[in-house]
Amino acid sequence: MAHVVKHITAVPSYKDFVDIVLSRTQRKTPTVIHKHYKISRIREFYMRKVKFTQQTFHDKLSLIISEFPLISNLHPFYATLMNVLYNTDHYKLALGGINKARQLIDDCAKDHVKLLKYGDSLYRCKCLKRAALGRMVTIMKGQSKNLQYLEEIRQHINRLPTIDPNTRTLLITGFPNVGKSSFINKISRADVEVQPYAFTTKSLYVGHTDYKYLRWQVLDTPGILDHPIEERNAIEMQAVAALIHIRAVVLYIADVSEQCGHSLEEQLALYKNIKPSFSNRPIVIVLNKIDVVRPYELSEEKKKILDEFRAEGEPVLEMSTMTEEGVMDVKTTACEKLLAFRVEQKMKSNKISSITNRLHVAVPKKRDDKERPVCIPEAVLKRKKAMDVDGANRKLERDIEMEMGDDYTLDLRKTWLLQNEDEKYDVIPEIWQGRNVADFIDPDIMKKLEELEKEEEAREEAHYYSESESDEDEEMKEIRRTAKKIREKRTIITIESGEKRRVEKSRMPRSKKRTRSVAQLENELEELGVEIPRNPESHYGRAKSKSRSASRPPLKKKRDESVGSVTRSKSRTPRDKSGLRDNTMIRKVKKIAKKAQKPFNHQARKGEGDRVILNMKPKHLFSGKRKAGKTDRR
Amino acid sequence: MRVEKCFFCSSPIYPGHGIHFVRNDSKIFRFCRSKCHKAFQKKRNPRKARWTKAFRKAAGKELTVDPSLEFEKRRNEPVKYNKELWQTTIKAMKRIEEIKVRRQNFFIANRLKKGKELRKAADLREVKDNIHLIKSPAAGLKQRRQLVEVIQEQDVQAMESN
Repeated sequence: MAHVVKHITAVPSYKDFVDIVLSRTQRKTPTVIHKHYKISRIREFYMRKVKFTQQTFHDKLSLIISEFPLISNLHPFYATLMNVLYNTDHYKLALGGINKARQLIDDCAKDHVKLLKYGDSLYRCKCLKRAALGRMVTIMKGQSKNLQYLEEIRQHINRLPTIDPNTRTLLITGFPNVGKSSFINKISRADVEVQPYAFTTKSLYVGHTDYKYLRWQVLDTPGILDHPIEERNAIEMQAVAALIHIRAVVLYIADVSEQCGHSLEEQLALYKNIKPSFSNRPIVIVLNKIDVVRPYELSEEKKKILDEFRAEGEPVLEMSTMTEEGVMDVKTTACEKLLAFRVEQKMKSNKISSITNRLHVAVPKKRDDKERPVCIPEAVLKRKKAMDVDGANRKLERDIEMEMGDDYTLDLRKTWLLQNEDEKYDVIPEIWQGRNVADFIDPDIMKKLEELEKEEEAREEAHYYSESESDEDEEMKEIRRTAKKIREKRTIITIESGEKRRVEKSRMPRSKKRTRSVAQLENELEELGVEIPRNPESHYGRAKSKSRSASRPPLKKKRDESVGSVTRSKSRTPRDKSGLRDNTMIRKVKKIAKKAQKPFNHQARKGEGDRVILNMKPKHLFSGKRKAGKTDRR
Repeated sequence: MRVEKCFFCSSPIYPGHGIHFVRNDSKIFRFCRSKCHKAFQKKRNPRKARWTKAFRKAAGKELTVDPSLEFEKRRNEPVKYNKELWQTTIKAMKRIEEIKVRRQNFFIANRLKKGKELRKAADLREVKDNIHLIKSPAAGLKQRRQLVEVIQEQDVQAMESN
């Protein structure tokens, strides 16, 4: 029922209702008032309390009225069901009572607010408020029964199964205890209680099953007895409501074995009785409990009754929910029947024409009567035949191996197909001087080689190769040699020059020794082919002898000695005396220095420069937390 | 059995030598020795390594275009074994080798000619410009002068005697 009726809020009992409303008033309105307040303020205070209480009652009651479903708006199935279960009159009266109470409370509040306008003291106003609330509570007290009843209905509605009256449904009906619940248990996921006494099932049950990938609803109803509709009890009436209002295939289940306590005649009578109620709906008659008695084992009289069943014009099936024999058969038949029925219904409706107009099923026609069989070429067939023959008696390599045993060696060459058969076992050269013979194999090789030879001959004739080899004459060779000598000489010169110029240390130019010598010059010039005349008269001859012998004449004229002055080496003046005139001045300066030193001596210091910091980073100043105060204390 | 060519330096690889490397795109690289293999692993370009055949050919150091080089190549046409064909082929191979070597040698000699000429010119210039380094222009000057004087005196005497 949940999908038909939305969630209904719980309906509190009268006492709870009043408590909720009054405590809410207490919580949501101001609570402090004094008699010396202005009278308008006092009036306002109490009026507010009354109005608030009235509003809360009104809202709560409106909620109840709006949430409970209106019978007239429901699907007829549900309407009937509600009638059967809760008695529509009672239901309507209850809701009507609530509505009336709401109205009364509104009026009451209105009256008292009017009176409060004339309240002349705090006490009066308070009494008026009390009276107002008291009257409201009394009104609600009159509704206590209704509230209780509605709460019961609410709880029951929430527990009703979700039955969709419009979907594909299998509806199971029959006498009590004929096996309706067993059947629904077999074909669906429902779990209905099954007991061996009548009226085990007291309300409607829903199960779901699949057939042709569709969802099917299976509805189990309580058993029905064969008597006029007025005498039926509430349990039976539920089944009747379902039978009348739900568009479903009706499975009328009959008990062949009569273990249910009702004879077949009675069952037939019931069927005939209720048949009018589900006119215009597909029906399947099912004979259950065939595991106990088979229909053909029945007595003649009973068989006649069965024939009467069959005469009804509806399919009569047999099954046993115990052994599951025929259960699926019943299900498929019923489903098929319903599907066909629904399609038929739809076809009758107006919508169908618009759908059929859109549908078109193409059926290709045969072009002509010509036969077009599968084609296999002749050659293929022939070859297939040949292969069959060949494969049968060919001697395989494996056979040979078996014959020869250990002496067998695999010989692949014997199957080679060559131009000359006797060359099969030749030793074929593969490599020649680091070249693959295979790379040169070319049937036209001789022709190409001839062309190459021709070209070569042509080159020979044109002295192509010889002209390049020109010999050098003697003169040229001489030039070569000379050039080589020159280069060597130059290299030597370069190296020597480099040696000379190499800077090792800074040197005083005075101490530099002259590396040139006469002998050297002589040698060099002789090498270059210049003759040196050994003439002592010449300028060059004079310079020749460079020995340090005593006979060597002095190069410079000797300087005459000067008279008087004695030049002696003198050590430098000590620093403390430099720049000072005489001993008195020296003494004076010393005195001043000593005086200046005094303050430093007090400090055990040498001077300004004597400045020692023994500990650059004293531990106590660079560790720990710094608190409020100086930076040099921790 | 085949004698393969080294991927890097193009030298022949005899069976049982070198390394075959098959890359994951199934291309096969053959190397004659670890030197070539290492060079390949370092992604060297054989055209840029001076010691490879590829470089020499690319840089014009060797004969590249010649009909004598056209004989040796992989022809993907299967030829059935025929003794006569094989014999002629081997004969031809020898002759082809002869011609090829001659042409290659000639090519190299021809290529080196230019350098020779340049060196010759350089030598001539050297001798002309820098002979003073080994032979002074003053060499033998005095002797010659003396010789001239002697001759003149002889001439004078001869004239006087005449």
